[in-house]
Amino acid sequence: MPLEVFPGNFRNLEKIRDFYAKAARAAGLDEDAVYDVQMAVDEAAANIIDHAYGGEDQGVIECAYEITEKGIRIILHDHGKAFDPDLITPPDVSSDPCSRKPRGLGLFFMQKLMDTVSFTFNGDGGNILTMEKNKENCC
Amino acid sequence: MEIKTTPLKRCTLLEVNGRIDSSTAPRLADIFNEITEGGEFHIVFDMGNVEFISSAGLWVMVTAQKKCKRFNRGEVYLAGVPKRIHEAFDLAGFIPYFKVFDSSAEAVGSF
Repeated sequence: MPLEVFPGNFRNLEKIRDFYAKAARAAGLDEDAVYDVQMAVDEAAANIIDHAYGGEDQGVIECAYEITEKGIRIILHDHGKAFDPDLITPPDVSSDPCSRKPRGLGLFFMQKLMDTVSFTFNGDGGNILTMEKNKENCC
Repeated sequence: MEIKTTPLKRCTLLEVNGRIDSSTAPRLADIFNEITEGGEFHIVFDMGNVEFISSAGLWVMVTAQKKCKRFNRGEVYLAGVPKRIHEAFDLAGFIPYFKVFDSSAEAVGSF
């Protein structure tokens, strides 16, 4: 499985997006789906830096992927605090954005843009986020 | 990310070239703040050359809009919004909050 390790800081978000854009193209995804993958991994990595590590340069993000029959499976692994998606209140996207707290959109985007999103916490092993994006005509 | 601001008669034109993410969004926020601290609350944001925007960038724009619309003193208009970025705005539920124009000339002329 191809793997690259990036230090967890915001300057690396572009490199992480580019790494997965290249992988998504290799998996046969069209450009709209490649953009969705880039948005999802950006939000995921930014959440890892902000919430799992509590800031920049506190740990690494291990970025792996598998090209599958359906498309691409993306695996992001960090060694920060446990993340429980059930504790995140989904944003009310029908409400006035000015009255909303500026948070919660990252996970929402990931769930909307990808076909599957799942989190597991491995104790000392950290968080493993797995997301899949299917090719448009695959299933 | 490159940012260009052009003060015009009735508004300030803000043009961004590149990607707006958690790394670059704070710089965009600084530019919006500089414009509003200078007393200008009519802003046209030409997004024609924005290649990517994450939720961090979207929130910067909502914050700027909130500040400009306060006391009915102005507004941020969007121009030339690329399709995928428009979709992100829409997904976030932000579209009703912004007037979107095809071109910056049209947006500037609407103030």
